[in-house]
Amino acid sequence: MTWEGDTDVLVIGAGGAGMRAAIAAAEAGCQVLVACKSLLGKAHTVMAEGGIAAALGNLDPEDSWQVHFGDTMRGGGMVNNWRMVELFAHEVIDRVIELEQWGGVFSRTPAGRISQRAFGAHSWRRLAHIGDRTGLELIRTCQDRLVHTPGVRVEMETTLTRLLQHRGRVAGACGYRRDTGELVLIRARAVVLATGGWGRMYRITSNSWEGTGDGAAMAYQAGAELKDMEFVQFHPTGMIWPPGARGILVTEAVRGEGGLLRNSQGERFMVRYDPIKKELSSRDVVARSIFKEVQAGRGSSHGGAFLDITHRGPQAIRRALPSMVEQFESLAGVDITKEPMEVAPTIHYTMGGVNVDAETGATTATGLFAAGEVAAGLHGANRLGGNSLGDILVFGRRAGEAAARDALGLGHRPDPDRRQAEAEWRLLREPLERAQGENPFAMHRELQEAMQSGAAIARTEASLREALATVGELRARAERLAVPGGPAYNPGLSTARDLRFMLTVSEAIVRSGLERRESRGSQWRLDFPERDPELGQVNFVARGAEGDQMAVRPVPIEAMPAPLRHLTEGETRVAATALADAADRRQSAGRTNRGDR
Amino acid sequence: MTAAPDPLPSLRITYDDGVTGRSATLRVWRGDATGGGFVDYEVPLQEGMVVLDAVHWIQAHRAPDLACRWNCKAGKCGSCSAEINGRPALLCKTRIEAVMRPTDPVVVVQPMQAFPIVRDLVTDVSWNYEVNRSIQPFTPAPGEQAPFIIHEADIARVEEHRRCIECFLCQDVCHVLREHQGQAQFFGPRFMVRLASLEMHPKDVADRLPQLAGEAGVMFCNITKCCTEVCPEHIKITDNAIIPLKERLADRQFDPLRMLWRRLRPVPMAKPPPPG
Repeated sequence: MTWEGDTDVLVIGAGGAGMRAAIAAAEAGCQVLVACKSLLGKAHTVMAEGGIAAALGNLDPEDSWQVHFGDTMRGGGMVNNWRMVELFAHEVIDRVIELEQWGGVFSRTPAGRISQRAFGAHSWRRLAHIGDRTGLELIRTCQDRLVHTPGVRVEMETTLTRLLQHRGRVAGACGYRRDTGELVLIRARAVVLATGGWGRMYRITSNSWEGTGDGAAMAYQAGAELKDMEFVQFHPTGMIWPPGARGILVTEAVRGEGGLLRNSQGERFMVRYDPIKKELSSRDVVARSIFKEVQAGRGSSHGGAFLDITHRGPQAIRRALPSMVEQFESLAGVDITKEPMEVAPTIHYTMGGVNVDAETGATTATGLFAAGEVAAGLHGANRLGGNSLGDILVFGRRAGEAAARDALGLGHRPDPDRRQAEAEWRLLREPLERAQGENPFAMHRELQEAMQSGAAIARTEASLREALATVGELRARAERLAVPGGPAYNPGLSTARDLRFMLTVSEAIVRSGLERRESRGSQWRLDFPERDPELGQVNFVARGAEGDQMAVRPVPIEAMPAPLRHLTEGETRVAATALADAADRRQSAGRTNRGDR
Repeated sequence: MTAAPDPLPSLRITYDDGVTGRSATLRVWRGDATGGGFVDYEVPLQEGMVVLDAVHWIQAHRAPDLACRWNCKAGKCGSCSAEINGRPALLCKTRIEAVMRPTDPVVVVQPMQAFPIVRDLVTDVSWNYEVNRSIQPFTPAPGEQAPFIIHEADIARVEEHRRCIECFLCQDVCHVLREHQGQAQFFGPRFMVRLASLEMHPKDVADRLPQLAGEAGVMFCNITKCCTEVCPEHIKITDNAIIPLKERLADRQFDPLRMLWRRLRPVPMAKPPPPG
């Protein structure tokens, strides 16, 4: 039994990028179908806590899109798509104001304007926020707008697993409904991928089960290019204890609000690694610093560092970080208004993804667009905190508009190749037919161990080669997956398919990581610890080649116009470490007086 | 291409999995719309384990087809709603130790009872999304254009309502919906919170009181506060959303002077909300 549907624009994914794209496409006059793996409003966007960076200048009038541009380029190791950064820094201001127009609610300045907080490697106080649940506010605001936009239809818990083609362009997708297991085929004039990122192939991650790289793997299968796949962001502060909570995000807003990082000896170690920006250095720098402290034997008992915000006092903490208070209380039994949090880096975000055109989000596969975390380019080698919520709105809207133009201009009805869908449906159901075979959950765990050891925060040629070998071996074993039960709401069956997506994406991460023989942004090669200026001129692009092989090649970055280049010169200034510095002085004085530690 | 020598012996990490040596029995409801029953699973306990960790352990080691919704595993998305020992709760925020007696280590996990069953712990919550669509969205005055000037004190009031993660545990526990299947008369606590967040938004000018008195059925709530008790976001649903809405309605509908005025001059109370 199959369910078939037709639409002008198919949007895959309903996080911020998918919803914003769907609204834009519908407003442009298209029928839009949104398919998402979970219930509406549960996408990973809700996990974005700290805020949305936009140079509104409400607290620091010196701020401007130009400064935001420079910060983002420098933070990204200068391998970002500079045109994307330029569009982004301009337009994110309008997108924030648009959220307010749609009923979104932000914390305020004393004058009643949108308040802005300091964040890592942003030169000024720049993040519009509401407490520490800005992502939830964004998703609820867009969700409300979406369901009241005429022409939009949402299919929840519908997993699309393969893009279908017709006359050399992407013309739809197929997959299954989770609740019934029913097979699905959707014909579309244009498709927008908004499937988010991938962290689930790592053992320690802040990502939900959804972050399996479906979108990137589907685009790759459809012949599109994947760019910057080596760049995987390690958020410096994830929970580390108890074991079940390991990897859960601790928002950067804790440091934005003045939180101090200390090692087991009570030392504020960030002063050694970045004397100017300290805790508010970029994420790659802070994550590496914690890793180095643990390696040097100065870690906490569970292998992390201590993050202390107690000096702000219970009232301010509960106001600014309510969900962190709740999270530590319920999951770890820790009262963060009284004691420090134990934190360690966690895989959080993927800068790489589908190679897209800056203006339109068009991929290298005709009829296919991509926006948000699944797309590459905006963040380069390292994303700044607060730049992802802006990314999804700015480029979600652009991709939705471009897909609508493309769909409305298409002369023929999309009629995708049914054989592609039938092959995919066989692949989806196959594990149910084997009585004996590989357990998808066990294989997933093996992949996580391999990627965490071989392709995580610190990498070497040898570690990457080992991970690549394991990925190859797992790929062969994935042909023998077996799952009990039936097709309706069967997590084992969906994990079996997700595993294949994760293997494709893992291979791209490892192969690109091997090619980039330098350290830049999130890519830290112990065997090539310095930046190589020549590699700063290229992005690595992965694409399917002859005989099912993955080919990775360097692609030169287009030269930046002089006026933009000028904006990237100089140093990122520090927005606000005064609170943290004062607290550190008080606490250090206290320690000296007591003569302890 | 020759590789540089590997400066570290190995990047492999060993993890402390907090093994306690103890175990618990998870009594999980399994089945679908045609019926089902409880199945016991023996689960080894890790330090600080939550019920969702145990469900994942069962999926990985005993029953790969055990159906359960989850996403963030951090209490922020509201996907993993179920009933633990008969009490509506998020699986990801409930520590096993907190719901298990050491002498009788059994934890009963079943799907939400107020919604139709899909499979195992998964229920059909689509009715909630239909209700949401029927509520008029945020509507600023014509010509009113962001950026707005709004003061923090005015934000604080709606901020509480906007914390809602739509786990629908309040809908599950509400006796109007759960015992009396009053879905046709009452929107349920979640949508009282939703209506309150819109009605109290400083820039919203729409009038949702006719809907509140009509299909939303605010008067069906008799303030037992069960919804407030189960809210994982600690929203004071009854005190800060439902009662203020009831008061607004009472002010307009049951004010004796206004009632008299309406009787003398029968004009329509207000425009009904636009369709859709």
